[in-house]
Amino acid sequence: MPSPTVAAATRPPQAEAGPSGAAGVKLTCRGLWKIFGEGGRRFLERHGGAPTSEQLAAGGLIGAVRDAGLEIHDGEVFVIMGLSGSGKSTFVRCLSRLIEPTAGELIFEGRDLLAASERELTEIRRHKMGMVFQHFALLPHLTVLGNVAFPLEVQGVGRAAREARALEVIELVGLKGRESYFPRELSGGQQQRVGIARSLAVEPEIWFLDEPFSALDPLIRREMQDEFLRLQRVLRKTIVFITHDFDEAIRLADRIAIMKDGRIVQIGRPEDLVTSPATQYVAEFTRDVSRAKVLSVRSVMSAVPESAGPESAGPESDGSGAAGGELAGELPAAARIGEVARRVLRAERPFAVVDEAGRVVGRLEPGQVLEVLAPGEAAPGPGGEGGVKAAQ
Amino acid sequence: MTVTGEMATAPAVPRRPGLLAWVAALAVLVALWLAAGRLTWLVAWPDGWIVPLRYWISDAMHWLVRDATFGLFTFKEFTRAIAWVLNLPLQACLVLLSRGFEVPLGAATLAVPPLSWLGVLGAMTFASWRVGGRRLALLVGLCFGYLVVFGQWNSAMVTLSSILVAVPLGIVGGALLGIAGYRNREVERAMTPILDLMQTVPVFAYLIPVLFLFGFGPVSAMIATIVYALPPMVRITILALRAVPAEVVEFGRMAGCTERQMLWKVLLPSARYGLMVGVNQVIMLSLNMVIIASMIGAGGLGHDVLAALRRLAIGAGLEAGVAITVLAISLDRLGQAIASRGATPVHVLRARGFVARHGTLIGILGILAGAYLLAFLVPALRHYPDALTVNTGPFFDKLVEWVNVHLFTYLDAVKSSLLIYVLIPFKRFLVGLPWPGVALLLAVAGWRIGGPRLAALVAALAVFVAVTGNWEKAMISAYLCGISVVVAMLIGLPVGILAAGSERIHRIAQNTVDTLQTLPSFVYLIPVVMLFQVGDFSAMIAIVAYAVAPAVRYTDHGIRGVPGEIVEAARMAGCRRGQLLWKVQIPLALPEIMLGVNQTIMMALSMLVISALVGTRDLGQEVYIALTRADTGHGLVAGLCVACIAIVADRLIGAWAARRREELGMEQRA
Repeated sequence: MPSPTVAAATRPPQAEAGPSGAAGVKLTCRGLWKIFGEGGRRFLERHGGAPTSEQLAAGGLIGAVRDAGLEIHDGEVFVIMGLSGSGKSTFVRCLSRLIEPTAGELIFEGRDLLAASERELTEIRRHKMGMVFQHFALLPHLTVLGNVAFPLEVQGVGRAAREARALEVIELVGLKGRESYFPRELSGGQQQRVGIARSLAVEPEIWFLDEPFSALDPLIRREMQDEFLRLQRVLRKTIVFITHDFDEAIRLADRIAIMKDGRIVQIGRPEDLVTSPATQYVAEFTRDVSRAKVLSVRSVMSAVPESAGPESAGPESDGSGAAGGELAGELPAAARIGEVARRVLRAERPFAVVDEAGRVVGRLEPGQVLEVLAPGEAAPGPGGEGGVKAAQ
Repeated sequence: MTVTGEMATAPAVPRRPGLLAWVAALAVLVALWLAAGRLTWLVAWPDGWIVPLRYWISDAMHWLVRDATFGLFTFKEFTRAIAWVLNLPLQACLVLLSRGFEVPLGAATLAVPPLSWLGVLGAMTFASWRVGGRRLALLVGLCFGYLVVFGQWNSAMVTLSSILVAVPLGIVGGALLGIAGYRNREVERAMTPILDLMQTVPVFAYLIPVLFLFGFGPVSAMIATIVYALPPMVRITILALRAVPAEVVEFGRMAGCTERQMLWKVLLPSARYGLMVGVNQVIMLSLNMVIIASMIGAGGLGHDVLAALRRLAIGAGLEAGVAITVLAISLDRLGQAIASRGATPVHVLRARGFVARHGTLIGILGILAGAYLLAFLVPALRHYPDALTVNTGPFFDKLVEWVNVHLFTYLDAVKSSLLIYVLIPFKRFLVGLPWPGVALLLAVAGWRIGGPRLAALVAALAVFVAVTGNWEKAMISAYLCGISVVVAMLIGLPVGILAAGSERIHRIAQNTVDTLQTLPSFVYLIPVVMLFQVGDFSAMIAIVAYAVAPAVRYTDHGIRGVPGEIVEAARMAGCRRGQLLWKVQIPLALPEIMLGVNQTIMMALSMLVISALVGTRDLGQEVYIALTRADTGHGLVAGLCVACIAIVADRLIGAWAARRREELGMEQRA
C-alpha cells in the first residue's frame, strides 16, 4: 500500500495535536523512489511507477527507496528508523539530493528541490542544510577549528569571520580549548562533537543526522544523546535523524518513520507506534520497549465522554467529594506513565486527567497503570469498556 | 552434463563441464605434438606466414620522425622543443650539484663552484634528523658518506640531478592523469590497458622510440625514466582518491564545495597518505631506471655500472651499483619518514615560535651556505681529495681470481648438472610444444577460470606471439621465467611461512626483502657473472635473486592475514602445527600466495630483458639487439610479446585468485 495513506490511516486522533506546537512544513516528499541499477527510471515508467518486489528482482534492480512520502514540520525531531539495508541512509541522501532520486516529489521550504540546478542546490546546501555523518567524515588534515570553519571557508567567508563563528559553535558543543587539535587526537565522541559543530556552523534550516551515534560506545552514545537533546532545546532546529536503534528513536523523536525494504511502514509519535503498531514488523520493535517511558497518561486513560466533561470537572477534586467519586487527584494528560505510576499505585484510587487548558478529559485507574508496567498480569480495570487501550 | 569432482562437493553451484574440456585440450595438445614431426609449422611458425608488424612499426616511426608535420613545425621539431624545455631544470640542478658554472668577465672567467659535498651531506643528515630522528640521520649520513669516501660523489650528483627533475614531473603527471581517471570512468577505462602495457613491456623496448623522438642524451633518459615511473603513480592516485571515505565526499558536497574545492580541499588532502605511496614508488622506479637510462645517455652512476659491467670490472661495477642502492635507500626512507610523520599539531608548534616552525628549512639552508663558504678556504671540501677515496677494485679482482681458481670445479659442477638435467630438458620440452595446442590449453584455462572473455583474450595474445614470428623465443622466455619462478617460490614459500610464524624472522625477512627490492636490477648481474660466467644459468640466478622478494612477502602476508579466530578455532579443534599450516593457513592464504606468484612472474619477466646482457637467447635478447641497432619495430614487437606473456599470466592468476577469494568469502583486494 502507498505510504501516504499509511501515514494518514495510522495516525491516531491524538496525533492531531502536532509535535511541540509546530505549524509549518519544512520538507515534504511524495512518492519518492530510488532504484539502483541500469535504466531505473525507464523501468519505473514501464511498470506504471509502482513495480513490485518481484518485478524489481526480475529486472536485476534494487529498490532502495520505494514510494516514500512524509512531511517534516518546523522545529521537530523526525527520526527515520530501520535496520541495515532498509534504505534509510539512501532515503536521507535523497532528501538532500546527495543521491538523485529516480522519481517523486521533493519540496523544501516551498520550492521544488528536484528542479533545482546544480548551482542552486550548492547554494541551498551551503546555507540551509547541515549534515552529520556516522563515521564523522572529518578532514584529517585540518584542525578542529579548520574543520568547523570549513563549510564557511568554501562559501568564501573571510578568515576572521569564519573562525569567530567556528569558535562559537565549538564552545556550544563543549570543545572549547581543543580548537587546534587534529581529529586523530580526539576520542570518537569528541570527533562527533566536531562533526556536529561543523554542521551547525552555517546555521542550517534543516539538519540531517545520519546515524550520528552508532559508531560510539554505549555509554558515550547515551551522553551524546543527552547532549543532542540539550542542543535541540537551545536551537529548535528542524531535524531528520537516522538510526537503527529503536530505543534511541524513542528517546529523541517527536515523530518516527519506520522503514523496511525501502518502504515507510508507519509514521507516528513514539507512543502511537507502541499503542497501535501498523504491522507485525513494527510490533516486533515495540514489544521490548519500556512502555512506561513512552506512553502518556492520555493514551492509557479512559476518556470521559464529551458531554460528561464539563459536569465532572470538579475544580478542586483533591478529596473524595467530587463527581465520579473517590478521585485521588489530577494528572496532566501529557505526562508519561512512568512519571506518575508511583503516585497512582500508592493512592490505590483513580485520578482525574486534565489537558493543558485544565479541562478534565478522562480518568486513570491504578489497574491501567499496572497493565502498562506489567502487561497481562493486572486484573481488568473497573471501568470495563474503557480498559486498556494498548494493542497486544 | 559430466560430473566433475567440484560438482560433487558443491552441488548447489552449477559448474561448467570443465574436466571434459581440460581432457580434450590436453588430448589435442598431445595429438598435435605427435603430429609435429611431420607438420613442422605446428612448432615453428613459417617465416613466410609472419605478419610483418615490426616493419610496419619501423616505417611509421620513420615517417613520424622524417615527414610528420603540424604545418608550422614538424613533429620532430615539436619533440625536440619538449626536450629543450625539460633540459632547463636539469641543467640548473647539474650546475648546483655537480658542475658549477663560469661567468665570463672580460678576459678572465669567474668560476662559481657547485655546492660542497660536505654541505649536501650535512644538509641531508640534518633533514633526516628533523624528520625521522637519530636512526634515520645515521642511515642517511652513512649513505651519503659512502658516496664521498668511495669516490662516487660526482656521478651520484649527476644521477641525483636527473632524479630531482624526473621525480616531481612523474608525480605531477601521474597525479593529473590519475585525477582525470578518477573523475571520468571513460578516461580510466581508456587508460587501463595502456598502463598495463607500459608496465609489462620491457623498458628497453620503449627506449628506442624515445631515442628517435628526443635524441641521445640525458634529457631522453629522463623522459624514459618519467614514462617508466609514471604508471604506478596514476594507478595509486586513482586508488587513493577512490579510498577516500564516501562520507567525506558527501560531506564536501553538503558543505557546498565546487568541483575545484572538492579536489583541492577535500579529496587530495584526505588521500595524502595513499598518494605518498605513489611518490615513493616514483622515486624507487626512477632509481631503478638509472642504469637502463644510461644506455641512451643518462651518464652518472648508471653509466659507471654499465661501463664496468661491459669491462667485467667487478669492483668498479659493484661500487657504483651500491652507490645507486645507497641513494635509493636514503631517498626512500626519507620519503617514508616524511609521509608517516604527518604534521605536528599546531597547538604544540605554536608554543615554540617561528624558528622552530621553519627549523628544518633554515637549518638546511644554513648548512649548505656555511659549507659553501667554508669550501673557499678549504679546497678539500669542494672536491673530496682523490688520495682519501677507497677503491675496492683490486680487492674484487683478486677475489674473482681466487674464486675462479679454487671454486671453479664445484661451481661448474653444480651449474652443469642443473643445466643438463633440469634446464635444458625443460627448455626442449617447451620449445617442442605445438603453438595451436598451447593456445588451446590457455584458452581452456581462461574459460574455466574467468569465462569466455578471458579465454578469448589469452588465446588471442598467444596467437599474436606466434603470428609475429616470436613463438620460439617466447617459449625460451617462458622456460627461463618459469624455472626461475619455481626456484623463487621454492625459496620464498618456506621463508614466508617461517616469517609468518616468528616475529624475529619476519623482521629479518622484511628487511632483507626491502633491501633486495631497492637494489637496481642490474646489480644482481655482477656477482652472478663473477661466479658463473655468462649463460642461462647465470640469468636464472639473477632472476631468482631479483624476483624472490614478492614470493616471501605475499606468503608471509597471506598467512598472517588468516583471521586469528579461525586459527584459534583450529587449535581448539586439536590441530597440530603441521595440520594447522596445511589444512587451515595455507588453503586460506592461497589466493594471496598466488598473487605473490603473479608478482614474482612479473618481476622475473622484467629481469628477463636485463639478463639479456649475460647472453640469453630469448625475447629479452631480441629487445636488447633491437636497442643496439635502434630498430624500433623489432624492439617494440619483441617487447609486446613479453607483455603478452605477462598479461596472460597476470589475468589467469588474478582471475583465479579473485574467484577463490570470493568463494572463501574474503573481501576483495583493492
